[in-house]
Amino acid sequence: MRNPLKPLVGRFGLPRVIIVSFFLFLVAAAGGFHMNLMQLLSDCLRRWGMFGILALAMVPAVQCGIGLNFGISMGIVGGLLGGLIVIQLRVAEYPALVAISPLFAMWVAILIAIVIGVVLAVGIGYLYGLLLNRVKGSEMTVTTYVGFSIIAFMNMWWMLLPFTDGELIWPNAGKGLRNTISLAASFSNVMNKTLAIKIGDLTIPTGLLLFFFFMCFLVWLFMRSKTGIAMSAAGANPMFATAAGINVNKMRLIGTVLSTVLAAVGILVYAQGYGFMQLYNGPMMMGFTSVAAVLIGGASPKRAKITHVLIGTFLFQGILALGLPVANQFIPESNLSEVARLVISNGIIIYALSQVEGGSGRE
Amino acid sequence: MNKKKINVWDLLFQNKVVFIFLVLCVAATIASKQPLTFVIPELFTRIARNSFIVLSLIIPVIAGMGLNFGIVIGAMAAQIAIFLTTYWGLTGISGFAATALLTTPIAAFFGFLVGRLFNYMKGNEMIGGLVLGYFADGLYQLLFLFIFGGVIKMNNTTLMIPTGVGVKNTIDLKDTVKYALDTVPMLSIVEVAFYLLLIILACSTAVKLVKKQEVNWKSVIGTAVAAAAVYGLTFIKPVERFLSADRLLLLSAVELGCLATALWQGWGLVRWKIQSSKGEEGQGEPFPVEKAIAYLILAAAVYGLTYVPVLYKVLIAVRLPVMTYLCIGALCCFNNILMKTRLGQNMRTVGQSRTVANAAGIDVDKTRIIAMIFSTVLAGWGQLIFLQNVGTVSTYGAHTQVGQFAIAALLVGGASVQKATNKQALLGIVLFHTLFIVSPLAGKELFGDAVIGEYFRVFVSYGVIAMSLAMHAWKKAEKPKKEEAGSGAGTEAA
Repeated sequence: MRNPLKPLVGRFGLPRVIIVSFFLFLVAAAGGFHMNLMQLLSDCLRRWGMFGILALAMVPAVQCGIGLNFGISMGIVGGLLGGLIVIQLRVAEYPALVAISPLFAMWVAILIAIVIGVVLAVGIGYLYGLLLNRVKGSEMTVTTYVGFSIIAFMNMWWMLLPFTDGELIWPNAGKGLRNTISLAASFSNVMNKTLAIKIGDLTIPTGLLLFFFFMCFLVWLFMRSKTGIAMSAAGANPMFATAAGINVNKMRLIGTVLSTVLAAVGILVYAQGYGFMQLYNGPMMMGFTSVAAVLIGGASPKRAKITHVLIGTFLFQGILALGLPVANQFIPESNLSEVARLVISNGIIIYALSQVEGGSGRE
Repeated sequence: MNKKKINVWDLLFQNKVVFIFLVLCVAATIASKQPLTFVIPELFTRIARNSFIVLSLIIPVIAGMGLNFGIVIGAMAAQIAIFLTTYWGLTGISGFAATALLTTPIAAFFGFLVGRLFNYMKGNEMIGGLVLGYFADGLYQLLFLFIFGGVIKMNNTTLMIPTGVGVKNTIDLKDTVKYALDTVPMLSIVEVAFYLLLIILACSTAVKLVKKQEVNWKSVIGTAVAAAAVYGLTFIKPVERFLSADRLLLLSAVELGCLATALWQGWGLVRWKIQSSKGEEGQGEPFPVEKAIAYLILAAAVYGLTYVPVLYKVLIAVRLPVMTYLCIGALCCFNNILMKTRLGQNMRTVGQSRTVANAAGIDVDKTRIIAMIFSTVLAGWGQLIFLQNVGTVSTYGAHTQVGQFAIAALLVGGASVQKATNKQALLGIVLFHTLFIVSPLAGKELFGDAVIGEYFRVFVSYGVIAMSLAMHAWKKAEKPKKEEAGSGAGTEAA
């Protein structure tokens, strides 16, 4: 008890203390270099909304007992397909919709994409959940590789699917879909632009944040519903839940489907904020980023809350947003921030993994 | 009859992964429309490059730590070493030896750290190892981009980025250690082996004399004379000319193999004849006459096959780097011998059940750490063999896929998370790399685009790992259920 930091470290865990300090250090450094803090803050907010829903996908997964879902690429693939179909159909350019308002047409486009993505994700998530119910105890290892596999599998399909729109396929008789697809003509920045507030250099992407909070609210509501509570119980203590008459496998299935669906929504929100949709190996490591974000927020492989998502995503994305310009001040044109991203995101996952076994009785 | 049928079916079912890939390989090779004279030499190059690193995966599997995704870290150690020796300007086989020597302590230290960490995440080693690989990649980039040149001053315009901070994207080994190991002439190998054998013989005899143990002079002198005779053979002109090459024609390798088998089995037969005529039967194991004859016929048949024109064309197209293949063979032997030692037995026990091992007085954590050190060091050497053959180091990319492809190759050979053998590793390399060579070409023939084939082989490597992990987890999850049904109260968490 001599060390005053000890209770703090004990409560938040050493890595979180380090990460918060690092974040504060970056803010101080950015201030010290006379950077435009307001602009950086806008960037933080934008990234917060963009990545938030992908990180939110972890909550049902962790709560239903499958642990950290490295395989959200299953849902991401569904979302991407939804986006592709909407672009192919050129929904955002329908004269009737554009006549009302171009922004309205974009909203219709992204909502249709989300609906298609959700429908696909429910199907994929269901199959995925059936698999995960058979591999209890090793979900994380399996999800990671199943996630990688689906990305590699879709790589082949991106080459073969019969999309014809000029925005989607390579020009000059190339084969297959492009690597990055511009959303400028469909739903680029639709949420960010909606109700955006500009105060000086600070831009608040109100629409984006509202949508993010709305999704959080939905998940929060679900978690408080009867099914949600039963699901959390099934995740926390399967034996007890079975004794209480809860169908554990069904609850895990619901959690997995929900997680997959959120991932599908998340990737579309991410894509609209980014302005591009990345196919092929682009979303390969998305699972890791999302897992790292909730863990930074204070989640563990056994327990995750909405607040963990909110705090974690803000901190993680804040570090990334601030990291690049600050690192460039130290060493120009370096990818020091990329190094920091690798070390932080993977370091926190390793820490979390080493804590699981430590807690539940080592042999 | 009926029973036999079931057995064949069982055999197929148990080795389904191998058979699926066998069919896939044959189909892809046919689809690629490439002649065997292209595929087979390419395949042997890849076997030489990749076998060592795949074989380094076996020890952790036996120690119950699953597929060691942490070999990426061994590869990083090798690349650190090779960068340093290139910077110091070491070349040739001595430069390669120095690099291997430098790799060893770095990789051993890394392996120790990885082992320590894995002891905190028992049961999650595989995902832990994978994430650890990415984490280490961050630190590796930090070292190569900022510390080399930034913190430690380095003046070398060919290796460093013009600003002086950070290492360039590729390190060219053409003038340093490229083919250093592959091009060791057979003559030198025989020579070194001869002197090594003499030294070992002398040492062991001396030790025995000092300890006043009985020395079997007959066998010592016999061995020495035999070695000298073999060494003496190398002074005969045609033999010398044959051995002064560094690559061995596959044809010669097959012929030598047949000859060796014939001599060995023939010698056994002759001895058995003499013994049985003397009436000394019953000593030790009976000599398997049928087996010996079968081997003799097999050797003759293989030798006969070399006269088939198609095979002959392939056999003279392949040139084996002798030293590299010797290293691979040595590692196979090492894996086997290790399992016969006390340490190896401990590893096996720990792998089967940590609780039992602990009860038997084995230091579980220490055994696991040792297994990781072995695996990491071997992986480091494996990466060196790979790099010296390729000839260039992609500084920031050469290590990233190492674990992925090595593990996929091992699994394709029929290994699982809990069981892996040398044979499975070698078979896996052959199948996996055949697929690797022909799938882009097959993709081009079938879909008009080589990229599809490339995506396919990547998918295969991920897919086979995912499938293997899922099957393992499935079995593991079903086991407690069965135990529960049997005993009524099986709450033991494995």
